[in-house]
Amino acid sequence: MPLGLKYSSLVILFVLSVAIPLALVGIASLAGPKRPTTGKHTPFESGIHPVGDARRRFSVKFFLVALLFLIFDVEVIFVFPWAVLFRHLGLFGFIEMTVFLVILLLGLFYVWRKGALEWE
Amino acid sequence: MEFHLIGLGKAVFIWAVALTCIPILIWFERKGAAFIQDRVGPNRAAVLGVRLAGIVHNISDVVKLLTKEMMVPAHTNKWYFTIAPFVGITVLLFAFAVVPWADNLRFGRWDIPMQVANLNGGILYILAITSLEVYGIVLAGWSSNNKFSLLGALRSSAQMISYEIPLALSLIGVFMVFGTVQLGEIVRGQGELLWGFLPRWGVFVQPLGFLIFLTAAFAEANRNPFDIPEGESEIVAGYHVEYSGIRFALFYMGEYVAIVLSAAMVTTLFFGGWQIPYLPTDRIVANASTVLRVLLTVGAVLSFVSAIVFLRYDKRLSGTWAKGDLRNQEGKILAVVAIIFFVMHLVAAIVLWSVELPEWGTAVVAVLAQTGMFVLKLLFFCWLFIWVRWTLPRFRYDQLMRLGWKNLIPLAFLNIFVTGFIILLVERSG
Repeated sequence: MPLGLKYSSLVILFVLSVAIPLALVGIASLAGPKRPTTGKHTPFESGIHPVGDARRRFSVKFFLVALLFLIFDVEVIFVFPWAVLFRHLGLFGFIEMTVFLVILLLGLFYVWRKGALEWE
Repeated sequence: MEFHLIGLGKAVFIWAVALTCIPILIWFERKGAAFIQDRVGPNRAAVLGVRLAGIVHNISDVVKLLTKEMMVPAHTNKWYFTIAPFVGITVLLFAFAVVPWADNLRFGRWDIPMQVANLNGGILYILAITSLEVYGIVLAGWSSNNKFSLLGALRSSAQMISYEIPLALSLIGVFMVFGTVQLGEIVRGQGELLWGFLPRWGVFVQPLGFLIFLTAAFAEANRNPFDIPEGESEIVAGYHVEYSGIRFALFYMGEYVAIVLSAAMVTTLFFGGWQIPYLPTDRIVANASTVLRVLLTVGAVLSFVSAIVFLRYDKRLSGTWAKGDLRNQEGKILAVVAIIFFVMHLVAAIVLWSVELPEWGTAVVAVLAQTGMFVLKLLFFCWLFIWVRWTLPRFRYDQLMRLGWKNLIPLAFLNIFVTGFIILLVERSG
């Protein structure tokens, strides 16, 4: 059976999961009132008049977290095949992976010491 | 053609289960919160006098949200603002594709796995698909052009990607123990017994991994004690401040589907999924009639007891509401329904006594029993999410990041080492 047909149920589930929000928004756009006022079109800031818009610079910390995530997540995915085959690889595989994980841990402690994980 | 029809049936089933859990969870949340805070909780809305302890409130919620104004504020990025609410719920419902809810349905020439798609990737598929959820949040927060939204989205995305690492690391131990990433195989591996009496559930062979996974799952679902992205005392409601009407409801639904998915993952990976302890599939199939009789008897007794409870409740209820209000009759209505259920169970039990189950019947009984077990465990872990929310206070952001990066990740590494060591030791000696 070709792959596309073998996983037809996945396609069905995807169509169903797109359908529910589409249907809800469709019904709501027909059923709901539409009475725009200027008040509704200003950004909500707890009742205070907004100063400037939100397109401003934000803390570089978030970028750092994304970068670290990328590094560690790729390493974790690298460990997955090893974990599945762990029993076949035996002691040799365990020692190999220990070396790899220790290097990874050293990286984590380096990042830690450098203060990249501190939020003040 | 048959194959695609079965696929359609399975997809509709898991989709319906995930969606049905949303109102149940909202009810859990309201009644549970009320119970923990010593209040009554929602108890007014009724359909023909039936209130069902507040479940009916969900119907009025849906009607209200559907008929509210759904506006796109002028200061937003229209296109991204419109599509952002779709991402979360679509992606999360789609991720249910690999969750198994029963053992394969085997009879005649049929062998149907009870999961939408038996992917080789298994749990990796869930990890891959759910990580797309971040896009919905970032799009919503950024396109709203509101400072609170932006902050909420940044916090939320940073939190979700940070906790994805401990989440994935804690799974490695499970893969090592069961030697596979396919959820169906993992659940099957949990059917054995340890030392002859303890079910080989993930929680018993991977206790530390379970704790890490649970903590990370709470953070992934943006739930208390990690619900800083929403932190209403700091940034109002986070990334969905600017949303109104059903678009806001879509975020809300997405949050609940995330809880259901996390509960489903905890159940399948650590609590035996559809496994009924001490009752493997072949034993259920062999004793299908007995299992069915026991279930029917339990059902009959339960409906009888609930009929009595409803009648007593009716006495207490009389005259609570104004004259002519159908809500005064709720106890009687429910008691009638319970009695109908009791009679149905009784009739089914009597019919079953004289009829021998065919082969497909025994297979279906096994699947139904396991599905029921799975749903029970699922609902328990859904309740756990709500229980924790109303018990623990919220973390501060730096505490959250410290817990994720400095505690959970090293602990997850430790878990991998210890698991590998113990497996090698056991294999060597055994």
